[in-house]
Formats: sequence, structure tokens, C-alpha cells
Amino acid sequence: MDNKLWLIPFFPLMGAIINGLFGKRFIRNEAVIGGIGTGAVFLSFLVTCAHFFQLGGETERFHQVVASWMSVGKLQIDWGFLFDPLSALMLMVICGVGSLIHLYSIGYMHGEEGFYRFFSYLNLFVFSMIMLVLGNNALVMFLGWEGVGLCSYLLIGYYFEKKSAGDAAKKAFVMNRVGDFGFLVGLGVLFWTLGSHGVWTVNFVEISENAHLLGAGGTIVTLVTLCFFLGATGKSAQIPLYTWLPDAMEGPTPVSALIHAATMVTAGVYMIGRMNVLFALSPTTMAVVAVIGAATALLAASIGFAQNDIKRVLAYSTVSQLGFMFMAMGVGAFTAGIFHLMTHAFFKACLFLGSGSVIHAMHHALHHAHLHDDPQDMRNMGGLRKFMPITHATFGISCLAIAGIPFFSGFFSKDEILWWTFASTRGMKLVWIMGAIAACMTAFYMFRCLYMTFYGEQKTHPKAKDHVHESPWVITVPLVILAALATVGGFVGIPHAIDVLHLGNKLEHFLAPVFQHTQKTYEIAAHGSASTEILLMVLSVVIAAVGISAATIMYLKNPELPAKFTSMFSGLHRRVYNKWYVDELYDALFVNPTKSLGRFCWKGFDLKVVDGIVNGTGKLVNAFSAALRHTQSGLLHNYALTMVLGMVVMVAIFILK
Amino acid sequence: MSVYHYLTVSAILFALGTYGVLTRRNAIVIFMCIELMLNSVNLTFIALSRHLNSLDGQIFVFFVMTVAAAEAAVGLALMIALFRNRETVDVDQINILKW
Repeated sequence: MDNKLWLIPFFPLMGAIINGLFGKRFIRNEAVIGGIGTGAVFLSFLVTCAHFFQLGGETERFHQVVASWMSVGKLQIDWGFLFDPLSALMLMVICGVGSLIHLYSIGYMHGEEGFYRFFSYLNLFVFSMIMLVLGNNALVMFLGWEGVGLCSYLLIGYYFEKKSAGDAAKKAFVMNRVGDFGFLVGLGVLFWTLGSHGVWTVNFVEISENAHLLGAGGTIVTLVTLCFFLGATGKSAQIPLYTWLPDAMEGPTPVSALIHAATMVTAGVYMIGRMNVLFALSPTTMAVVAVIGAATALLAASIGFAQNDIKRVLAYSTVSQLGFMFMAMGVGAFTAGIFHLMTHAFFKACLFLGSGSVIHAMHHALHHAHLHDDPQDMRNMGGLRKFMPITHATFGISCLAIAGIPFFSGFFSKDEILWWTFASTRGMKLVWIMGAIAACMTAFYMFRCLYMTFYGEQKTHPKAKDHVHESPWVITVPLVILAALATVGGFVGIPHAIDVLHLGNKLEHFLAPVFQHTQKTYEIAAHGSASTEILLMVLSVVIAAVGISAATIMYLKNPELPAKFTSMFSGLHRRVYNKWYVDELYDALFVNPTKSLGRFCWKGFDLKVVDGIVNGTGKLVNAFSAALRHTQSGLLHNYALTMVLGMVVMVAIFILK
Repeated sequence: MSVYHYLTVSAILFALGTYGVLTRRNAIVIFMCIELMLNSVNLTFIALSRHLNSLDGQIFVFFVMTVAAAEAAVGLALMIALFRNRETVDVDQINILKW
């Protein structure tokens, strides 16, 4: 089975090429294009499953080297794949959730002119993401890293005729690149430092084995890991590089679900998991990661309170949940972070696809009535559960999961994170408090979203009201599957404290080969009694219940309360509604100075200096010729005189020499 | 009769010829002055040939004379063509090839 790993990235790559090159002119059939796209990812999923079930026991990991990429002296970089429990889990999520989203897109993107382009880009994205998680060295990972950034740009800007979409795509790509710069600097320093100890490699296994050479807690490790973390903040939308994610909602909803919820944004978390040895060596960086994760979780949750666009709420929710994942990685709860990555993929993809279903229905209804209301604005929705029962049910289940209600998947993963922030050797109580508050806020704004969309009176325009209907099976089947996963997906990670049936924490056991060694070597563990853990669990359920009740009171029972709150705290509301003016701050700090620099380079330098030199040379030649042409007087005697004078001068020089 | 006398005569003839080329308006007269310059050079060659006891100068005179003859022929042909077009051989009138 070893030499079949290459099939996993191969299928989506082929799908992208076939759809991209032949989709527009030769295939043209939506079902075929969609079938190729979905089939490719599904085939990768099957190959992943085949390898997955062979892991465990003796087979700790699979290797495959397809070809050599660079061979320079002692450095050997291959096109190589590493299939260990971590990459296996990531691949299952990517390919599994990916194929569901591809299936969904067949229905969602129906009738679009760029149908083939969408599927080509989506397959290309899956290919890049697979390379990212499957690569056995940092360069293949970086190839995937850049590739997902590119595909994100292409897909956010899918509706490229809209200026806002193009702007959002550019913003996403530029911010990503800032992060990529961090990644490269970190990789460079790491490579060079290891090299100075004689180890020339970028291979992950070799890096993990030799990382101790960098010196525990030293400046070099801290620098390297902070640079990598900068890369992660760009890719995974943390402070300071998160503002691109809400804007990225300009892309079609399946894109938001796949790229900006389940996969690309998790690349940063995966990267930290892959390089856990390096991060464990630097407690400073881990503290930074945890604090930034917590701060991001809080900040994004606060903004989610006031948004009216359903996709924006989910976008900020994603940023916030990513903050949770980084909190986990920062306190050493690597397994918990990856666990939350997985459960988040399930319920967030379900939420996004559900919102897409709603938007799709709203769009049809409003279009039917020739209205131009925004189909994504929740203030135009309400009471939709009567018309869209399946979407409502799956959305509701995912809301319960994200809020952390027992025994949905989110409960297990979020609780494990909070427990570790409290009890880990690298945990911080402050981070725990911030996480708990963010969890409460999460429950509130998600249920606010649920109530505004599906409950209460229907605020849609009367002409469009009755035309809202449930979506077709290609849309609802993925919703149901994802909701089911969001319900039961958590049972693979039952914590020991409440494991009455002694099922064991399957996930921890599965990921042990990746993380256990690091955790043992650097003494990263959650120390605390089972009763404390259960107490914290109860506390988080209470917190979630408080959030949900507040949302129920404000948006279900007394719908006039939100308006009263807004007028009472108008200053706070304005700030939260305007996303704490962070975009405006970045505009003032970075965007406008860059634009001024560009303008100066254009008007002050290019036009004046460069054009000045070119035009000036021309003018100079012109001036000379204007002066010189008068020597051509046409008079013979002038010419003769000139000749004689010249001859005299020459003879004089000859004589005087 | 030293060689200097001959060289002086030759120089005076050359100067006169140059003055004529630079000053006279009639093209034919300019040609005559050019011939005068060429003949002065011939005189110089012969004088020095005699002075240095070498036959090279006198041989060179033949070349100069041949060139002078050819040049005169061509020049006069030019003048005729010019007169046919312009009705004049006054060089001050022939000045349209200018800026």
C-alpha cells in the first residue's frame, strides 16, 4: 500500500486540469463537470480511508517519495509524502467534508456561467490542501500553503465582475502573503541554524529529531516559532491578520464552507501540530499563541453580536473558533486543538452550507418577486423553519454543537480545550477566563443568528414570502450528513473524567504517536483531579446555557429588547457594529501610506524623473540641432571658408607639435 | 635662384587662388582659381624635386595634372547643367539646400 499515497493528490489535480482545460468548450454538461469534481475528491477520500484503516499497531506512518526535487550537497529535498495519524485525520476531514461540499456545489452553483471554472478551482484547492498536509518536508508544505492562498484568491474573486469581490480577494491574498513572509523567514532561520549544527534538512521527521539542537527556550527557537506563528495568523485569520476573512464572504457559500471554515484556515493549526517539537521548545511562543488565540476568540465573538449578514456572523464565528484552536495549541493541548479542528469542520461546514441553503431560497424568492433586497440580510428573514425544515434542523443541531451543549461534538472538543487552559503545565488562568467568556458569547450570537433566521415573524417582503421553499437533495443530503457528524463526531474524544463506559479516548490514542513524545519530553500535561474537570465541564454547560437563554429572551421572547439595548449602549454598539474600526486602522497605518508611496513613485518619480530624463534627452538633442542647423546656410563661400579655416588649424597644430 | 624663391612664388599663387575661391561669385572664375591652386602645388613639387634631386616630385605632377583635367571637365559639366536650370552661375544664387 505504500506506493499509493500519490493517488491522493493526483485525483483532484486531474479533476482541476480536466475541468479547467476542457470544461468550457468541450464538456459543458453541469452534471459531468460536477461529477468529475466531486468524484475526484471522493476517490481521494476512499484512498485515504484505505490507508487510514491500516494505521495503528505496527504501522505508525506511511512514507512515499515520488521524486527528488532538489539535491544540493548534503541537502536532499524530495517530492515526498508522510501519512501519519495527524495527516491522516486532516485528510479524512479535507476529502470527506470536501466531497460533501463538492456535491452541494452541484446544486448551489447550478446555472452559473463559470460552473466549470468553479469546480476546477475547487479541485485545485483540494489538491493544494492535500499537498500541504501530506508533504513530508516544509517545502512541499509551503507549496500547498501558497497554493491554497492562490485558490482562495481565485475563489473569493469568483464573481470577479463585482468590484467588492475583487477587492476582497486582493485583501485576502495580500494579508496571506504577509503571513507567508513570516513562514519563510522562520523556515530560513530554522534551516540555517540546524545547518550550522551540521543538519541540513527541511524534512519534518528530521527536524523533529534534531530540534533540540536549537536549545530549549532560546532566542533562536522563539524567533523561528514566532515567525511560523505569523504565517499561521495570516492563513488562519488570527490577530493581527484576520480582517480578510469576513470580507472573503464575497465568494460563493461553498467556498466559505470549504476554504474558510473547514480547511484552509486550519492550515495554521495543522502546521503548529506538525512542528509541535519546535513549539514545545519555546514556552514564550506558546504563551503568545495562547494569548493571541484567546484575544482573537473574544474580539471576533464581540463583533459577531452585531452583524446582520448571516455569512458575516459565521465568518466571525470561524475566526473566534480558530482562536480556540490556537488557545489549545498554545497551552500544549495539541490533541484537543486538532479535535476541535475536526468537530469545527463538521458543524461550521454544516452552518455555512445551511446558510447557503437559506440564501439560495431567499434569492429565488426575492428574484421571483423582482425585489432587490439583500438575500443574506437576516433582517429580511425570520420564521423560515416552516418552509425549510431540514435546513432548520441541521442548522439548529450545529448551533447546539458550537455552543458546547452535551453531548454534541463541540462540547467534547471545547471542554477539553478549556480544561487544558486551566490545568496544563503551560496553561494560564487568564486564558481560561477569556475562553469561557468567548464560549458564552459564542452561544449567544449563534442562537441569535438561529432565531433571527428561522424563528419569529417572517420579515420577508410580502410579495416574496410564500415563495421560500426547501432546497433540493444535493443540498440537503450533505447538510444531514454533516449534522449527523456534528452530533456523534465528539464521541471519539471522550475525556477520562466522564468515561463511565470506559470507551477510552480514541482520538488521543490515535494521535499519540505524533504528540505524546513531545508532551512527555517537555512535561506538557493537564494536571488536575477528575472532580475539577467535571466541575469545569458543568461550568461551561452553565455558561452556554446562560448565553442561549439570553439569546432566547432577546430574540425569541421579547424581540423589542435588541433595539432598546442598541439605543442604551449606542456608543458600544457603533464600535462593535463597525468591527472596532480595525479595518480603518489598517487603512490608516498601512493601506494609505502604501497608496501614497505608490502615488509618489508614479507622479513624483516615474513621471517627473524617468520621463523627464527620456523627454529631456530628446529636448536636448532638439535644442542642439536647432542651433547647429544654421551652419547649413546653403552658401558655397561659407563652406569653402570653413574648409580653409579647418585646414589652417590642422597645419597649425602640425607645425606647433 | 634658390628653392625658396620658387616656394614663395608658389605660396603667393596658392594664396591668390584661395582668395579667389572664397571671394568670387562667378562659378567659372572659382574653377579657374582652383586650377591656379593646383598649378601652384605643381610648381612646389617641381622646385623641391630639383632641390632634393629626386624624380618623385615631377612624376607626381603628372598625377596632379590628370586630376585637375578630370576635375575641370566634371566641374564644367556641372556648371552647364546648373545654368540650364537656374539661368545663372552666380554661387550666391545657388543656396536652396539649407535649413
